[in-house]
Amino acid sequence: MSQDQTAETAGDSDVEEIALEQLPLDQWHRDHGGRMVPFAGYEMPVQYEGIMAEHLWTREHAGLFDVSHMGQLIFSGPGIDAALEALMPADLAAAKPGHPVYSLLMAENGGILDDLMLTKRDGGSVYMVVNGACKWDDIAHFREHMPDEIDINYMGDQALLALQGPEAVTALDRLIPGVAALVFMQGGRFQWQGHDLWISRSGYTGEDGFEISVPGEAVEALADAITVQPEVKPIGLGARDSLRLEADLPLYGHDLDTETTPVAAALGFALKKRRREEGGFPGHERIMLERENGPILKRVGLIVEGRQPVREGAMVVDGEGSEVGRVTSGGFAPTVQKPIAMAYVPTALATPGTRVTLAQRGKIHTGEVVAMPFVPHRYVRKGA
Amino acid sequence: MSRYYTEDHEWVEVDGDTGTVGISDYAQSQLGDIVFVEVPDEGKQIAKGDDVAVVESVKAASDVYSPVSGTVIEGNAALADAPETVNEDAEGEGWFFKLTLSDPSEVESLMNEAAYAEFASKL
Repeated sequence: MSQDQTAETAGDSDVEEIALEQLPLDQWHRDHGGRMVPFAGYEMPVQYEGIMAEHLWTREHAGLFDVSHMGQLIFSGPGIDAALEALMPADLAAAKPGHPVYSLLMAENGGILDDLMLTKRDGGSVYMVVNGACKWDDIAHFREHMPDEIDINYMGDQALLALQGPEAVTALDRLIPGVAALVFMQGGRFQWQGHDLWISRSGYTGEDGFEISVPGEAVEALADAITVQPEVKPIGLGARDSLRLEADLPLYGHDLDTETTPVAAALGFALKKRRREEGGFPGHERIMLERENGPILKRVGLIVEGRQPVREGAMVVDGEGSEVGRVTSGGFAPTVQKPIAMAYVPTALATPGTRVTLAQRGKIHTGEVVAMPFVPHRYVRKGA
Repeated sequence: MSRYYTEDHEWVEVDGDTGTVGISDYAQSQLGDIVFVEVPDEGKQIAKGDDVAVVESVKAASDVYSPVSGTVIEGNAALADAPETVNEDAEGEGWFFKLTLSDPSEVESLMNEAAYAEFASKL
C-alpha cells in the first residue's frame, strides 16, 4: 500500500526541507492525542480522534482549532489606510473600527499573493491575519511597498485559536462573559485571567464561532479552559479543511494563487465599490476587464458522482479529453456525505446543473456544478 | 491456515491454494476514516506487487499491492457501500479480494504475524 496524495501536504511541495518549528500548543496537542504533521513550516495536528468525527462534532457542537501558524500583524503610522489600499482592493475609509474585513493582497497581473483579514482598531492601527505559509513573503512585500513611516509589527509570540460551531457561543460566553454580544464580523478586546485577548466573531467553517488572539504564554491555559467545556473538543487540520471546503471558503495555495484573479475566484465581494471605480491597487485594469467580459475560468463547486473522492490536481476535460480546467480542492464531505470539489472551469461550464468530466489517475469521473456553499452558513448576524 | 504480511501493510491469509487479501489494522488506523474502496474483478490475473486495489480515506488515496500472484476469485462487493468496514474490521470483514495462488511459495518472502507486529511497532 502506498499513498498517492495527502490533503495536508499536497499544497506544500514548495516548502523546502527546512527545520519544522513548534507552536506554543505543540505539547498540548500531543498530550491530547493529536497526530502531528508538517504544515506551513510547523508541526500541526492533522487529527485527534478522526477527521470524520471531528468534522461532525464541529457542525453539531463546538470545535477548538489551533491556528497559531497564521501570521498576526499590527500596522501603525501616518497614512496607514492609503498605504494598505495601494496593495489591496479593500475600502479602509469605510471600514468600521473593530469589524474584520476580508481582503486580498494583489499581484500586478491581477493574481492573488494572499488572502487576509484586517481590522481597524481604535487609535488608527490595523490588525491583520495572513496565511501561515505566506506570512514571511507577505511581510517582505509590505515592507518593500509601504512607506518607511509605517510600522509593521509581527506578533510572533501571539497565538491564535478558533472556536467554531453552533455551541461555541455558549461555551465561550461562560468563560468570557460578553462575547455573545458580538455579531458576525465584529471583534473586541476582552480579558481572561489578567490576559488581554482580541476576539472576533468569525471563522473558517461556515458555522457561528470566534477567533481568539491570545498571548503565547497564556494559550495553553486558555485552551485547557475551553476544552473542559462540555460542548468543546479539539479539532485538527484535516477537519478544518473539509469544513471550509463545504462552506465555500477557498484556501490560499490551493484554490487561490498568483494565477487566479478575484473575479475568476468568485471573490468579487472583496472588490469594494469605491476601489473598483477609483482603482489604485495592483491588477485593477485586468480585473475591471474581467468583470466586464467575464473571466476565462471560474471557480465553482462540484458534487462528484459515486463515492470516490476527486482531489486537488485532477483535470477537468472536454469531450476530446483535453484539459480545460482543474480541481483545486476535493474530498469526501462528511456533512454532505458525498465527494465534493472546488474546480476552475471555463465560464461556459460554470452554470449550476452543468455536468463536467473529470480525469484523475487515468480514471474518468463525472461532476455536477452546484451552487456553493455545499452546507448553509450559520453566521449570527444579529445580537442575542 | 496462515497469515502473512508485507512491508506495505497488506495481509494474505492462505488456505491451500486460496488466498484472502486485505490491509492491516495498523494501515487502517494510519489512514483514518475510509470513504472509498475499489477491489479487483473476478478473473483478473495479478502478479505479486501489482497495484490491484485502491483505498481512500478522508485525507488521502492509496494503492494496494497484491502480496502474491494469482487469479482473482472474488472482490469484496460489500465494501462499495460500506467502506468503513475496513476501519471496523480490517483483518476480518474488511478483506479486499480472494484469489487462487499461482505460486504458493511466494509467501515465504513475507512476514508472519509476529514479525509484522514487530515491524509495525517500530514505525
